[in-house]
Amino acid sequence: MELPTPDSFVLSRKAEIVAALQAVLPDGCVIDAPEETRAYECDALTAYRCPPLAVVLPETTEQVAAALKVCHQMNVPVVPRGAGTSLAGGSMPTSDSVVLGVARLTDVLETDYPNRFIRVQTGRTNLSVSGAVEENGFFYAPDPSSQLACAISGNIAMNSGGAHCLKYGVTTNNLLGVTLVTMEGEIVEIGGAHMDASGLDLLGVICGSEGQLGVVTEATLRILPKPEGARPALIGFDDNAVAGACVSDIIKAGILPVAIEFMDRPCIRATEAFAGAGYPDCEALLIIEVEGSDAEIDAQLARISEIARKHNPVELRESRSSDESAKIWLGRKSAFGAMGQINDYMCLDGTIPVSELPYVLQRIGELSKDYALGVGNVFHAGDGNMHPLILFDANKPGDLEKCEAFGADILKLCVEVGGCLTGEHGVGIEKRDLMSHQYTPEDLEAQMKVKDVFDPKWLLNPAKVFPLDTSENRRGAQGDAA
Amino acid sequence: MTTDILSPQSEADLAQAIASANAPLSIQGGGTQGMGVNDATRLSTSGLNGVTLYEPGALTLVAKAGTPVANISDLLAKENQRLAFDPRDLRGVLGTEGAPTIGAVAAMNNSGPARVTAGACRDFMLGVRFVDGSGDIVSNGGRVMKNVTGYDLVKLMSGSHGTLGVLTEVSLKVLPTPEMTGVLLMNGLSDADAVAAMSAALGSPYEVTGAAHAQSGVDAHPVTMIRIEGFEESVTYRLAQLKEMLGRFGDVAIETDPARTKAGWAWVRDCTVFEGKEGNLWRVSLKPSDAPGLVAKLAPENALYDWGGGLVWMVLPDSVDPRAQMDGLQGHATLMRGEGHVRFHPEAPGVAKLTQSLRKKFDPRGVLNPGLMG
Repeated sequence: MELPTPDSFVLSRKAEIVAALQAVLPDGCVIDAPEETRAYECDALTAYRCPPLAVVLPETTEQVAAALKVCHQMNVPVVPRGAGTSLAGGSMPTSDSVVLGVARLTDVLETDYPNRFIRVQTGRTNLSVSGAVEENGFFYAPDPSSQLACAISGNIAMNSGGAHCLKYGVTTNNLLGVTLVTMEGEIVEIGGAHMDASGLDLLGVICGSEGQLGVVTEATLRILPKPEGARPALIGFDDNAVAGACVSDIIKAGILPVAIEFMDRPCIRATEAFAGAGYPDCEALLIIEVEGSDAEIDAQLARISEIARKHNPVELRESRSSDESAKIWLGRKSAFGAMGQINDYMCLDGTIPVSELPYVLQRIGELSKDYALGVGNVFHAGDGNMHPLILFDANKPGDLEKCEAFGADILKLCVEVGGCLTGEHGVGIEKRDLMSHQYTPEDLEAQMKVKDVFDPKWLLNPAKVFPLDTSENRRGAQGDAA
Repeated sequence: MTTDILSPQSEADLAQAIASANAPLSIQGGGTQGMGVNDATRLSTSGLNGVTLYEPGALTLVAKAGTPVANISDLLAKENQRLAFDPRDLRGVLGTEGAPTIGAVAAMNNSGPARVTAGACRDFMLGVRFVDGSGDIVSNGGRVMKNVTGYDLVKLMSGSHGTLGVLTEVSLKVLPTPEMTGVLLMNGLSDADAVAAMSAALGSPYEVTGAAHAQSGVDAHPVTMIRIEGFEESVTYRLAQLKEMLGRFGDVAIETDPARTKAGWAWVRDCTVFEGKEGNLWRVSLKPSDAPGLVAKLAPENALYDWGGGLVWMVLPDSVDPRAQMDGLQGHATLMRGEGHVRFHPEAPGVAKLTQSLRKKFDPRGVLNPGLMG
């Protein structure tokens, strides 16, 4: 993965930059010792590492503004960081950058049940937002699998999804307002507790902008009342195409499950060996969860089973209790761990139209043979968001590169059939150079114009999202691009 | 307003029309919003007509911008599906004619009563194609439900009222039409009690899909309506649970007649109660619990609360400016019909600066709906 040449002028001014940051931040908020900045050299895309020039951990929005103002004046690139759980390298630094972490901004500022929102500082973890409203019977819906660790700031930057977004939507559908600090150090309030924008939907474009438009320090999030209960059914099929047809029939019948998860045979076998969840050895497995009262769940599961039976399943199991539910979910939840037991793996995140599922799985199987690398597929079938897990050996020279090439072929395939490169992980550095496969130069130009407006000098997370050659004239242009 | 109308029949022609424009253009779909820019050539998308993709099993529909909403609804109905966000048809209250188009619905983020739970138009927009102010054709998003590839210009275009570009195609997530609709009705509640009752219902696990209150309903008395949709067994159960829960606010009646529930929610959606009422029609978006206080200060003849109180419609005399009473409140007021005030709520300086810069980037010559949106 190529990174831009670090700005030698910035590197040469390290002492000056650190001093300027220390002058506007309290003691202990600026980290510049190499042994300490090393902790910030990567995120969850651990294959790529680079320690930053310095790290700042402000304690207030005003301090974030002050730090950004200093970096803006001194032309220092800034890499915003939540909890560092990005799988796409979204918070990976460059050596000439200052990492701005929001880890110390974790307060709940306001909870309002009649109006159904919570306002938090964005360093707070996703799960602890739900935790703050749980006793009153509410929850925050987006639930990425890293929810124990990931921060709301990163969720907003990447527009994170989760297992339940088929019913509840992703971050952008549950975000009402933000406090945004621009690269110039200006604090802007966008949106609020009300339900729509007064003018342009700036909130909509900030969400998912991968930390390139500003640093979000506070967020107003929609909270929802918890359902009375939830239970899944497990359905096994001998054929991927039949499983896909079953999903389509369930959706066409007007049933809206909260989650429809799909696993293919390699993944089923791996998880069975690892977790022993009692899954049938079949070609495709669906886990379909519905919500409501006990009687409502029974009625919905009965409807689902009736549809599934028409497709001759090899196994059909409706959960009747929380124990049975846990057993059905056990294998799915340990799928990544099970694949990791076999070897190192790379997790992809493309989305496809659901109707293309059988073809895409067949092509992935063929590519797996061509590259001689194993692959297992777990994915959110209701919305077509695939997570192929490619197995490789990190210690074997050339294997990572081969795995990346295989991954790129799968993502290009997703685009070819009418889908996209990333459904919920983001572009970051990982998929940056594939963007030209999905978008024309005019399409990318329109996106980059938005960055020109929010960050005329292109200092915020500049080496991400857009192919380096595409953004070259803007990066380091010192604002001329605007 | 001049009568010149450009009506390109293809995206390429529309791009050409914008690229060669040397004076302001007033962008319209079916022209049903009465929102044109004075002395500008009208540019209509009505020549871009047709559904290009519909996959019921994937809940996905792609249509050219000028496709009438009615055509899309008819097509969806054949598969027992519908537009999830209940777009408003304001022809009656605005006194306009013509066929509302899907492009205009998207460009206005036109969202009806379903917005409170299911989401707004922008939440169901999966992709767009548009022509910017320089005549460049841009595509963003796509036809899949989960997509974080690059910036979300789909949201930026939703509600941009043609000021950043002219939509040529919209891709939408649609939803199944529920088997049954049930409505809980309460009469005679004060505004504050109505908002409290709606909040209680929306805060319950029973998935309320609409919550509205009119100070003066069809029979001239206050009426509060709470909607439940889904499979019959579920709707019946939830109506009973909510009826018991809301008993503390007063008597609760239940309506499940399909024609009556449909008509009742169309009445809310289309603001029918304000048809033929003289004065300025305002749409105020705010925190539900702030709504009764603001309405009391403005003292309109009638107020219609939608979105559980988060959206208030009222008709006020030209001399009354609701914005003057909104200091310290989060939210905004839009003038939907009438005179004497700018249409959009003036924005705070930081936001206004970003908005103006975006417009300049996407429409450097200022030909797209100049003067609209601040």
